[in-house]
This record gives sequence, C-alpha cells and structure tokens, in this order.
Amino acid sequence: MQKKVFQFAALLNLFVAALFISPAHASSEIPKLFDPKTTTLENGLEVVVIEDHRAPIVTHMVWYRVGAADESAGKSGIAHFLEHLMFKGTAKIGPGQFSKIIAENGGQDNAFTSQDYTAYYQNAAADKLPLLMDMESDRMQGLILNDAAVGAELQVILEERSQRTDNNPSALFGEQLRAAQYLAHPYGIPVIGWRAEMEELTTQDAIDWYNTYYAPNNAILVVAGDVNAEEVFELARKYYGPKKPMAIPPRKRLHEPPQLAKRIVIMEDERVREPSWQQSFMAPSARTGDIKQVRALEVLDEILSGGATSRFSEQLVRDQKIAVGVGSYYDSSSYDPSSFTVYGRPASGTSLDDLEAAIVKIIDDVLTNGVTEAEVKAAKKRMLAAAIYARDSVSGAANIFGAALTSGEKIEDIVNWPKQISEVTKEDIFAAAKAVFKQRSSVVGKLLPKGE
Amino acid sequence: MGQKVNMKKSLCQLALVPFVLAVIVCNAQAAKIQEIVSPGGIKAWFVQENSIPILNMEVIWKGGSGVVDPQKAGLAELMASTMDEGAAELDSKAFQGRLADLSVSVSFSAGKDTFRGRLKTLSANNEQAFDLFAKAITAPRFDADPVERIRGQLLAGLNRNLSNPRSMAGKAWFETAFKGHPYAVSTEGNLQTMATLTPEDLKAFKQQQIVKENMVISVIGDITPEKLGEMLDKTFGALPEKSDLGAVAEVAHLNGPSVQVIPMEIPQSIIVFGGDGVKRDDPDYYAAYVLNYILGGGGFESRLNAEIREKRGLVYSIYTYLSPFEAAGVHLGGLGTSEKSTLEAVQLIREELKKIRTEGVTEEELVAAKKYLNGSFALRLSSNENIANIMASMQFSNLPIDYLENRADLINAVTLEDLKRVAQRLMDPDKLIVTIVGKSAYKAEWEEGLKKALDSH
Repeated sequence: MQKKVFQFAALLNLFVAALFISPAHASSEIPKLFDPKTTTLENGLEVVVIEDHRAPIVTHMVWYRVGAADESAGKSGIAHFLEHLMFKGTAKIGPGQFSKIIAENGGQDNAFTSQDYTAYYQNAAADKLPLLMDMESDRMQGLILNDAAVGAELQVILEERSQRTDNNPSALFGEQLRAAQYLAHPYGIPVIGWRAEMEELTTQDAIDWYNTYYAPNNAILVVAGDVNAEEVFELARKYYGPKKPMAIPPRKRLHEPPQLAKRIVIMEDERVREPSWQQSFMAPSARTGDIKQVRALEVLDEILSGGATSRFSEQLVRDQKIAVGVGSYYDSSSYDPSSFTVYGRPASGTSLDDLEAAIVKIIDDVLTNGVTEAEVKAAKKRMLAAAIYARDSVSGAANIFGAALTSGEKIEDIVNWPKQISEVTKEDIFAAAKAVFKQRSSVVGKLLPKGE
Repeated sequence: MGQKVNMKKSLCQLALVPFVLAVIVCNAQAAKIQEIVSPGGIKAWFVQENSIPILNMEVIWKGGSGVVDPQKAGLAELMASTMDEGAAELDSKAFQGRLADLSVSVSFSAGKDTFRGRLKTLSANNEQAFDLFAKAITAPRFDADPVERIRGQLLAGLNRNLSNPRSMAGKAWFETAFKGHPYAVSTEGNLQTMATLTPEDLKAFKQQQIVKENMVISVIGDITPEKLGEMLDKTFGALPEKSDLGAVAEVAHLNGPSVQVIPMEIPQSIIVFGGDGVKRDDPDYYAAYVLNYILGGGGFESRLNAEIREKRGLVYSIYTYLSPFEAAGVHLGGLGTSEKSTLEAVQLIREELKKIRTEGVTEEELVAAKKYLNGSFALRLSSNENIANIMASMQFSNLPIDYLENRADLINAVTLEDLKRVAQRLMDPDKLIVTIVGKSAYKAEWEEGLKKALDSH
C-alpha cells in the first residue's frame, strides 16, 4: 500500500503554507509556528513533537534523509523500491505482517518517497505509540529480504509506473520537462525511475541501499497529536535509542552547470484532448537560497495564482476569457535548487500561442512594474489565513516538519515562517522576480493532441 | 476476541440553552455533538470547538443528479459550480472578491443523491461568511457571463475525461449496471447536454433543489450555540419549505452479468468490477461492510491484495468498496494491470468471490476486521472538516445522534453466519459487471474469455 511516490507541488505548497500564525499587528507579536518541541538522541536521531490534544490520536513518522536524487547512475527507482520492500519483514515481524498488525490495532500505515526523502508513517490511537515505535525502530536496521519477495514487488512497482506515468500523457510529459530542466542534476530523473533501469534492480541493490542509508543518525522522528513531548522523548530513547549510528555518505549531488539556453519541449499524444502550456524557471530552495528571496517568491506565487482574484485568474479566465485554467506553483522545500512554474490551458477558440503570449505579458509586467502594495497586502493576509486553517490537520503539521527538515531547511526558518512572510515587501518581490524569471534558465512545454 | 469496546450507557442528555429551543448533547469519542434548533426552527448538529479560531459547516440537500432529467444531464454539476459566481447584489467578481478578501471558502458539489454546500471561515468573520453562504443559496444570480465561463471549464474537463481510462471505465460501468435508470447518467453530464443548459434551467432547478425539507446541516467550530442559532435563521430562514423533486426509482438488482471493453491505447488496462451492494438502511449493512473489508476494503490486509498484488505482483493497487445510494446498493472494485494479466486478474477476482461464498471467512479474519474497523474510526474524526462531513452524512443517512458511541456495538454484533448470508446475497461471481479500458488488439480476446467464464455457470 505504499502509494505515494511524487510530492506534487500542490501538496508541497500546502505544507509550505500550512504554518501557524494568528493575526498580529506588530511583527514582534507574531507567534511561532506550531510550537514544536525537539531533541536529539545520543545516536543522532532527531525528534520533533507537535502536541495537538483535540482528538485522542497520533501521527508517527520516520523520515530518512535520502531520496531518489541520492541514487547512483543507472539505479533510478531504488529509493522508492526499498520503500516498498521495507514492508517485507524482519526477524521479529514476519513477511506481510507489518501492516496487518497496525490494522489490527486500529491503525493505518503507508510510506512515500521524494527526490530528497523517504518517509514511513502510521496513524493510530494515541495509546498505540509505543507499539508503533517498537515496530518502526525494528525495521530501521532489521529488514530481511529474499529474492522471491523482491521479485514480486518489482512487478508491483512496474505496474505502479504504468498506472501513474505511462497511462497518463501529462505525467509522461512532466518527466520529459524535468529531464530538460536539469542538465546534470538528478532532479531530472523521475522518482519512480526509468523503466529500463527499474527492471534491472536487484535484491542486492536494495540491501546495499538499506545498509548505506538506514540509520538513526540519518533519520528524523516526527510525532504529532495527543501526546506529551517529554513522554515521547522518553519512548524514543527506549525504542530508537539502542539503534547504532553509522557513517553516512555526504549528500553530494551532481552540480547543475550554468543554464544558458531556453529549452522548448513539445510533445504530441493521441490521448491528449485539450492542449496545455507551461514554463518553468530555475528557482532557489529554502536551503540553497537567500531566505528573504524565497519568501518573496512564495508571496509572488500567491499574487499570481492564489484563487479567483489572483492576477492570472482575474485577467485570463475572467476578463479576457482565453483560459479555462491558469496557475503557478513554487516549491521552496527541496534540498537543491527548485523551480517556479507558470501554466495554462486555453479556452475553446484560443490558440496555445495566444495564451502563451498573454501569460508572458503578465510575467513581463511583473518584471517591468513589479506588484502593487495592495496585492502584497492581500496575498499575505490570505497566506496567514491559510496557515490558521492548516492547524486543522494533525498529520499536516508532521508533514511540514519532516519535509522541510529532510530538505535541509533550518527549524528556525520553519518556525519563523509567519514573521518572514509578514516582512516581505513589494521591493523584495520585484528583485526576486528579476532574479528568477530568466528565459535562459527556463523550459517551455507544450502538450498537444496528435496532429495539431 | 473482539472486545466489547463500548459498554457505557448513553451519554446523551438534554440541555437547555437560552435562545435555542432544544439541545441534545452527546459525548461521542472526540466529538461532543449537540443537536440544536434555532429560534426559527432550523435544526443542525453542532460541535463547539474553540481551540482553533475557525468554523466549518456542511449542508446536504437530498436530490442531486439522480433527480435531473437525463436530457439535462450535468445540470446539478453546473449549478454546483455557478452558485458561488455571484448572488444578490454582488456580481461574480464582487462575490469572489469578498470571499478572497475574507479568506472564506464557499463551495458546492453534486452527487447522484446529494447536493452539498460547504463553508469554511476564520471565526472572526463568522457573520460575513454566513451572509455570503446565505446569498449563494437564496439568491444566486446565474448571470450569463459567469455561466458561460464555467460551462467552458466543465466542457474542457468532460473532453479531457474522454481519454481518462479511470473516468471512462467508471462511466461505462454505471451505464451498464443502471441501464435505463437515472443513476446510469453521470453527474457531470456529457458534452452534448452540458452545451445546452441555460441560466433558466439553473434557476428552476435551484428552486426545486435548495429547500428546507430535504436539508441537513452540521457545524463545528468557534461559535456559541446561541450565536449559531441566530446565524442559522439568517442563513436558511428564507429558503422555500418544500418542493416536488420526486424520488428515484428503486433498483433491486443491477443489470449483470456483463463484460465490456472500451478500446484505448494504454499500457495498463484499467478495470472496474462489481455488482449488487446494500443500501445504508439495509439490515445487512454492517455485515456487508465487514465482508467488504475482508475481501478488498482493507489496505495491505485484504484477500484480493494478498492474492493479486502480494503473491503475484499483478497490480499496484486493487480495492473494493460499498456505495450505498438512496435507491440502490452497489459493490464496486477497481484495479490496473498489464494487458498480459488482464484476463488472469479478473479470473482471480471471480475465484476469490467464489471462495468467500463457499468457504466463508475465518473467525480470525472476522476478529481482525472488527479490530480495525472499530479501532480506526477515531482517525476519521481527526479534523474539524472531517467531523463536519461525518455529522452531515450521519443525518443524511438517518443515523441517531449517539451513533458514534454505538457504532462499535453494531460492528461487533456481526457474526460468521451473517457474513455467509451476505456473501451469498451479494458477491456472485457469475453476475459480475466488468468494464475494461485497454488496448483494442485485446478487445475480442478479453470479451470472449470473460463471457465464456460468466456464461458457463
């Protein structure tokens, strides 16, 4: 049931936006995000606890600081494959028993892999936390794999690739676009892997991967819900404390060379019935960039496409009526530099070229005239409201910290997100837009019906 | 053994709150549900939750696409998408601007039996938020300009879905199972009907659909019951009392067996399968719910997952679920598998159905199912938004206000005998309705192979 492979931008945007703040008038009064309690065990395991006592439930997650972008050449898909294989059993818990035991205890479990992390989680009644820790810590270093189980699971991930990617022209096109966006960096390789490489993954590849990266000092434990932080720390010491730290290879991906040429990628497919257009620009992530610039880009994203009154929707969908859908997304939560993407689907009777020209005109206007004070104010207000709404999700809080910390973001920057957003000015946005919207570091994509 | 989870006496009690006629308070797990009746007689289920400064409301009106004339298929969908596009004195732009400025979310959606409204607001803006929701449901404008814009978006979506294998397989399944019945028509409508709908159609349907008689309301959040009573009157008081929407004709048995292959050049075949299910008020509902969990409703643990994914690696996901509609029960499942294993996968499903009918399930499976279904229920009450949704569904299904307390008893009461009876009643491998979207080159082979299997019994 390990279902999720890709962290879609929308989901990440939610994580990024899902920060707590209450409307305060002076920036000095702006509260911290979620008030997490943290500690680090002697073996290097980081522990983050977010208390929420509304319901007697808990989300228990272990995030490993390893993802698809850490794979070696030719082994694409191994990070995600190992994620599946983590359910195959240990000396203590037999094959196929992990999820069964969780279910019999009224819990739900799953796992997911991105370019930068691999995460395992269970949701259950809060009093099950010791059991969850017992089981999750057991498979941190005790996994047992055999060829039969690995062979059947390889077929499963190949079907997963068919289902998510090969059956869907938009997903296939997304792979091509990312491959074009990154000239050398492994973010250009899909998380699930290229099919030909997946087919050749072996039991030994999985064991090597596991033995290299799965250790307490390469993991973050995140617990959210109806718990007491000190008690969680105590339980963590009991269950995870005995796990032995290991030397973890430094996280060093291939350098992305300077991008000097705009790329235009066009794909035709007979399954495409409505054309679409997009342009992605290389953009900094929270770890690699100036945090002020990163927050400015987040506010710009909201101004461009946050809801029906945003620039894109208001001008292109409502006023000019040339788009049925238009938007942007920016994911600052990645270990290495990310991208800022704008996209649109033309209304009936509008050509893709005309829609492209209209979107480009809006971007050019931002580059020439910047954004207005009123836009900045309204966008910040909506972002701070979204942050309050986000408090409704217990597991959402756990996801924010896990994703950000495994992507190398500093906990202060997560906790101070509300303050940082509230300090963004229109001058910051103007400067950030000019730094990011550069044609030569961009990829334009056009997905077309066959023969158009 | 399945433990007796809930032995406590009913915790419901009558409480009196000024300005609100009657309040019944129920302590149910995390949520303390009150039934409140406003001074004007509007009833709602309510949970006061002050720890986050937000409020969520969900409203369900009985109706939806099942009561729409098939010639106007998509009308409920179009109405759901245009009710928030201007109301009363506010045109589309002004209405959407007000929502954005206040960070209020108002949305509507249509199903086969339901028309739903949702409201989400910061509690600081409660009054303005209820006012916008009230305008949308009492005086939607359906101005030509926004209706055309939304219609264009829906048409583009309908056109995209024609090459979406999941959407196509599901649509074909309902067209076969409910041939000649309103449930055969998809809520979204189709390119032809969607193009012909008018603002007048929307106004007429709104008068029928949005009335007090067929409405249930749930609210959770940072507001007092007194204030909520006042808001309910302002929001819903002006709606018509009743209308003559008509009822959907009952369907006792679905139109199976059937095999249908829809050609599409995709590497993985998408399969939807199923047959008779149970309605929500069926005495066998809980037995069917438990049996479905064991067959294909659980995650990793289900029989279908064990046989088809774990053992053979034929699929990434396979699942079954019950869809209890107002006029019919449906038991549905889905999977995706390569063209080479398409026939094999369907045959394996039929064998599992046969096996569960002839051999039943084990005591161990029953106990495990009860443990999961009871233990995991609290997870569904994990957010205010979910609680609003569940409280609305409970009322729509005529469940009592103390249902959350009694649910475990209902599930624990299911016996192996019950499961045997329900398996005989529902899971007939020879009445299976199967739709496959996949490569045209295999169409004849799949159709013949499966027809032969279904006929030979």
